[in-house]
Amino acid sequence: MNLNELSILSLYSAMAVYALAFIAFSFDLAKRSAAVKSAAELTGEAESRRAAAEESHGLKSGGTTTLTRISARIANDAATPYGRSASLRVGVSLTVLAWLIHLVADVLRGVAAERVPWANMYEFAMTGTLLIVTVFLIVLTRADLRFLGTFVTGMVLVLLGIAALRFYVEVAPLPPALQSAWLVIHVFVASLGTGFFALGFALSGVQLLQFRREASVAGPTGGRLRFLATLPSSATLENLAYRVNIIGFILWTFTLMAGSIWAEQAWGRYWGWDTKEVWTFIIWTIYAGYIHARATRGWRGSRSAWLAIIGFSAVMFNFGVVNVFFKGLHAYSGL
Amino acid sequence: MSRPSDHYDSPALAAVSQPRLGFTGWLRWFWRQLTNMRTALFLLLLLAIAAVPGSLVPQRSSDPNGVTQYFADNPDLAPVLDKVQAFDVYSSAWFSAIYLLLFISLIGCVIPRTKHHFQALRAKPPTTPARLSRLAGFTERTIPAGQSASLAVDSAKRMLKSGGYRVALFERGREFSVSAERGYLRETGNLVFHFALVGILITVGFGSGFGFSGQRVLVEGQTFVNTLLAYDSFNPGRFFNDESLKPYKLTLDDFKVKYETKNLKAYGQPLDFTADVTVTHRGEAPEKSQVKVNAPARTGGTDVYLLGNGYAPKITVKDPNGVVVFTDAVPFLPQDANLTSLGVVKVPDGLAEQLGLIGFFYPTQATMDSGAFFSSYPDLEYPLLTLNIYSGDLGLDKGVPTSVYALDTDKMTQLTGGKTGTKSIELKPGETQQLPNGLGSVTFDDANPGAKAGDFSGSVLRFASFDIHHDPTQLWVLTFAVLALLGLLTSLFVPRRRVWVKAIEEADGSVRLEYAGLARGEDPALESAVAELADRHTDLLLSTETAATASDKT
Ligand code: HEM
Repeated sequence: MNLNELSILSLYSAMAVYALAFIAFSFDLAKRSAAVKSAAELTGEAESRRAAAEESHGLKSGGTTTLTRISARIANDAATPYGRSASLRVGVSLTVLAWLIHLVADVLRGVAAERVPWANMYEFAMTGTLLIVTVFLIVLTRADLRFLGTFVTGMVLVLLGIAALRFYVEVAPLPPALQSAWLVIHVFVASLGTGFFALGFALSGVQLLQFRREASVAGPTGGRLRFLATLPSSATLENLAYRVNIIGFILWTFTLMAGSIWAEQAWGRYWGWDTKEVWTFIIWTIYAGYIHARATRGWRGSRSAWLAIIGFSAVMFNFGVVNVFFKGLHAYSGL
Repeated sequence: MSRPSDHYDSPALAAVSQPRLGFTGWLRWFWRQLTNMRTALFLLLLLAIAAVPGSLVPQRSSDPNGVTQYFADNPDLAPVLDKVQAFDVYSSAWFSAIYLLLFISLIGCVIPRTKHHFQALRAKPPTTPARLSRLAGFTERTIPAGQSASLAVDSAKRMLKSGGYRVALFERGREFSVSAERGYLRETGNLVFHFALVGILITVGFGSGFGFSGQRVLVEGQTFVNTLLAYDSFNPGRFFNDESLKPYKLTLDDFKVKYETKNLKAYGQPLDFTADVTVTHRGEAPEKSQVKVNAPARTGGTDVYLLGNGYAPKITVKDPNGVVVFTDAVPFLPQDANLTSLGVVKVPDGLAEQLGLIGFFYPTQATMDSGAFFSSYPDLEYPLLTLNIYSGDLGLDKGVPTSVYALDTDKMTQLTGGKTGTKSIELKPGETQQLPNGLGSVTFDDANPGAKAGDFSGSVLRFASFDIHHDPTQLWVLTFAVLALLGLLTSLFVPRRRVWVKAIEEADGSVRLEYAGLARGEDPALESAVAELADRHTDLLLSTETAATASDKT
């Protein structure tokens, strides 16, 4: 078995473990829903429950608050407090394990190819998803976003599945057009930015659901997605999404600039409205719009969340559709 | 007004009673609309949407052949699309209108903010609010009697000042307070960012008019002199003046290609292209240099890029008496990854009839089951040139420029290949064949006649196509882009906040301390910053007190 075959084996193993993590996280969401239901039945009046929760955590009184970490604040503003969860911890542990195997797969591919493992669609997908999970795990150490586990593992699974089945190519050396230090920088930063945008997308999505729940006449514990009551309020989710998205935006700005510098070296002009350049620009503009929306009266909240969602959809479109089906100078999908 | 009135942080305007709108009134109204946040947002999103069609339809600027093809494929739709400038989206009237409006809005938005910001930079922090308890991170502490409220506030002031805050002291009865503000850099960064965008637009808009780009194909051994006439094609900017061309000489000495041979799954994939060139500036000694795909040569105020390469078989045509009527290394355009290449030779004079040759060159010729030839490897393992001969009118005399890579066969008769019944001419390097109808002969010259039999590696010359550019904006655009990035970083990550510390002397002699903050913009760490300040400040006060009491006892 050569290194590339080992890499493939590791990748499939990682996918299996991600699948298990996905199940654990889904299980946790189901348990949250159940907890919300029983809590609602116990008190009968969810609103008082929420008030009580806030009182006991000293949020409203603001008195001698000794909060030193944002995470504390995030965990505390859920409508229904949700205790420890074994499946949540299992989910996180499995994600870490899958991430390690995924990392091995990625590194082996790089060693087998004797270069960075991001030079064609298969490798972009492999490294990009690795970075999505990396960003997720790093953010977890600062804020309790474990409730996004289902989304993250689910998305990574789907992307890796597509990569392994549709994008797979054999190890090949770099064509002269890609032999540049900018491949290392530009593509890596773009993938890292995508990791942050993915998380921002998920947070904005949950924010919209949460907002609907909060505004719904059926009461805050009604509706189908009952687990939402155990998640932070839509306002907190919005702030979190913003923080994640602006990091993504800065990385994307850098991607755009690094890409231009590379384009100048390779093609003799730093900007030529090539299809891939166009889409990078569109994405940048949408997220600039998102940041503006957050500062515009009447556009904070749900409307800006939609922009973040559209922005990430454009990122995925850029990766999955523009790379494969659009004609342009960026012909490096390897397909 | 510093920020647009619909910025979320601006005070809500009372419903503006409509004054009589005269002309200037309307103008002012229009200007206010143009420079508010909602318009900026709208224009930004519109710009994103307007950029999409250019990725769906080929653009003249980046893919002119694609446009020609599109016209051929969609003869009904294409002219309609052309009317709305769909093939020139990024220079179209509508796209330009959007970004120009956006930038006018931007300037109109940023200038008043800059003015306001200069004032804010010189102003004192605002008076301490009467009630801090409603503000973010409000914290109360009490220290026992024996300390003075004004000294306590003094020490808070010093602490804040060393933390980068601008501070001002206030006193109201027995209340002493310090008001502190920091993070002006945030707004500075934001303004720098927006100005840098304007800078980019202006440099690109005007500066690029002074540049040019030109293309030139060189066969190994050929020399090019940087003058207008020497270019195969040339696109000057609006303000370009050809006296700015420095007439240096550039010779393509050698073009080296390396192909993958070990990895069977990528067999024949190019690994490296290197053009060895010699550059001679007027009155200077020749200099050796190299051009590679990601490494242009920068010389004489121009950048020389390697954009393409291929084979240039040397073909000689002689008349029946053996007099040479044509001889040249003809660049053949690659058609696939294994460099099956297509080329055209035109012989207008010297023969009984005008002659046109359409040739295919296979660096490593192989035969399909159908009998058709193809190339199975891009390097010169088993080179073969096939030629179809046409005679008649080449159409060169009408004064209409024609492409050297295409042959218009409308007024010509095919003599070999296809349905003529006569076999195409097939030549290996060094071979000669007679043309049909006793027209003369054609030779595929071997570029390296001394090589061992069977070694074809040097038998055909290569050509390289160079793009030669001069773009005076590059450095400026880069500078503005870096400024934009730095501005963005500071404006998104430097927190701008106000913090107040108030000390109130209670009736019993103890001192009640109040701490609170106010975020100006996104500031996730505000509450923890206030809490930390309260901790550090009270600790300091208590420790100086214990120190004081300790020294009292001795
Ligand atoms: C080319 C057009 C524009 C782009 C690409 C753009 C982009 C951005 C970006 C990326 C930010 C966030 C970073 C920062 O705070 O510095 C921002 C902030 C801001 N922009 Fe723009 N902008 C544009 C035009 C405008 C216009 C026309 C206005 C005025 C109407 C404006 C007003 C603002 C304001 C007030 C903020 C601060 C937002 C806040 O308080 O958080 N921008 N812009």
